Amino acid sequence: MTKILFTKDHEYIVVEGDIGAVGITDFAQGQLGDVVFVELPEIGKVTKPGDQAGVVESVKAASDVFAPIAGEVVEVNKALEENPALVNEDAQGAGWFYKVKIGNPAELDALLDEAAYKAHLESLA
Amino acid sequence: MIASPTPLHALHLGLGGRMVAFAGYDLPVNYPAGIIAEHLWTRENAGLFDVSHMGQAFVSGPGAAARLETLLPGDLQGLACKRIRYSQFTNADGGILDDLMVTKLDEAGDKLFLVVNAACKTQDFSLLQANLPDLKLEILQDRALLALQGPLAARALERHIPGVSALKFMAQQDFVWRGETLFVSRSGYTGEDGFEISIPADFAENLAESLLAEEEVQAIGLGARDSLRLEAGLCLYGHDIDATTSPIEAGLNWSISKRRREQGGFPGAARVQRELGQGVARLRVGLILDGKAPAREGAEIVDSTGAIVGRVTSGGFSPSLSRPIAMGYVAPKCAAPGTPLSLIVRGKPLPAHVKTLPFVPNRYQR
Repeated sequence: MTKILFTKDHEYIVVEGDIGAVGITDFAQGQLGDVVFVELPEIGKVTKPGDQAGVVESVKAASDVFAPIAGEVVEVNKALEENPALVNEDAQGAGWFYKVKIGNPAELDALLDEAAYKAHLESLA
Repeated sequence: MIASPTPLHALHLGLGGRMVAFAGYDLPVNYPAGIIAEHLWTRENAGLFDVSHMGQAFVSGPGAAARLETLLPGDLQGLACKRIRYSQFTNADGGILDDLMVTKLDEAGDKLFLVVNAACKTQDFSLLQANLPDLKLEILQDRALLALQGPLAARALERHIPGVSALKFMAQQDFVWRGETLFVSRSGYTGEDGFEISIPADFAENLAESLLAEEEVQAIGLGARDSLRLEAGLCLYGHDIDATTSPIEAGLNWSISKRRREQGGFPGAARVQRELGQGVARLRVGLILDGKAPAREGAEIVDSTGAIVGRVTSGGFSPSLSRPIAMGYVAPKCAAPGTPLSLIVRGKPLPAHVKTLPFVPNRYQR
C-alpha cells in the first residue's frame, strides 16, 4: 500500500514500505515552468529533513529540492537525465527524483497529507 | 511597491499569463504554453510581446540630434530621417547608464523619438532634463508598446496595416489604424524580423486582440523574451551591461561610428577611445556549455588552470539549441572563439567554450 505526503516547500514523498520516492509537486512544476535539468543526489547520500537533496533548473532559474525526511538515498531517477521534462509531464509519477530508505518513520507524521497540502496551496493563492 | 498594470493587463490575465513584477510593472513571465513553446513559436511564426513598460519619449528643439549626441556615442546627426539607431547613455567613466533606441523624426534632426528601458526610464528622463534643458522632453505615458517578432510577423501585420511590410530594418513610419496614429518600427530584440508598434494606450488591447486572432500569432511572455534575446547575443541592461561596463568591453563597437570615435564629445569618450586604441581589460563573450546543467548570472568563469578570468552576466537554457548557453565577461586572452573555460556552478566546474555571438543567426530584413 502506498501513500503520498507533502512538505510546505512543495516536495512530495510516496511511501511504500520502508522506501519513499521523493519529487516536487505538480503545483511546484507549474510554478517553475519548463524543467531543463535536474541535479540528483548521489546514491548512498544520507539526508536529514530539510537538507538540500537536489536542484531543479527551469528555463528561468535554479531551485533547491529539500529532503522531506531523514534517510539514505538508494536510487535516483536516471530517466530525468535524458528527459527532464518528465517533471512537467508527470511530476508526482514518472518525474520522481530519488528513492530514500526511510530512517525514522515517525518523521512522516510531521508531513502534510493530501487534504492538508491542498489547504496549504489554497492559503497561498 | 505595487507593480503597475500595463494597458494589456486584462488581456494577460484572460490569456492565463503567470504574472510577475518586472521593473515596477505586472507582466506575464509566460502563458500556459510555457517559455520553451513560446520561444520556439516566435522563432518559427510570430510572437506578440507587451513591452509597454518601456519608456517612450520625444526629444525636440533646434539641433536636438547634435545635442543628444553629448550624452551618448551613437551617430544621430549621420542618421537618415525616420531611421533608428541603437545607442547607450554613458557616464563620465565610459560606463553604460542605459541602452536605447533613437529614431530621427525629421531631416533637420530637431525631433527624436526615444525608447528606453523600464527600470532606467526615470533616471534617463532626469538625465535629459538636467543636461539638455534647452530641449523639450515629452514623455509618452499614454502610449502602449507592442512588439510583433518572428519570420511571419510581416505577413500577419500586413493584413492589419497595409504597406507595413515594405518598411526596412531599423526604419520607422507612421500608420493610421482605426483612426489612431501608430509609430511602427521594423526592429525588435529577439534576433528575428519584426516590428515594434507604439499605440495610444486605450487602443492597445484592440490591436493586440486583432493580431492574436491571426493564425501566425501567439502571445509571448518575458521568459521567452529573455531566452530569445540571449540566443540573439543581445545585452540586457543591468546584467550584461551596467554603469561599470563600457560599450567597447560589451562589444558594441558597431554602434559607434567612425566620426564619433574620432571626435568624441560624449561622456566617457576618453575611455572609449583608449579602449579602441589599446584594448580592453575584459570582453563580453558568448559561452556554450558542453553539458546539460545551466550556469546562471554571477557564476565565476575559470580557465584551464583554475584561475578566475571572469563572471557570467546572463545564463540559461537555449530552446533553439536545446542546451545551456551564457554570456559573460572574460579577460581578452580568453575571448577567442573555441577557448575552453569552466563555469563554476554550486562549487563544481562545468566545461564550456567561447562561442561567437549570436548563438542563433539573426534574421533581420535588411
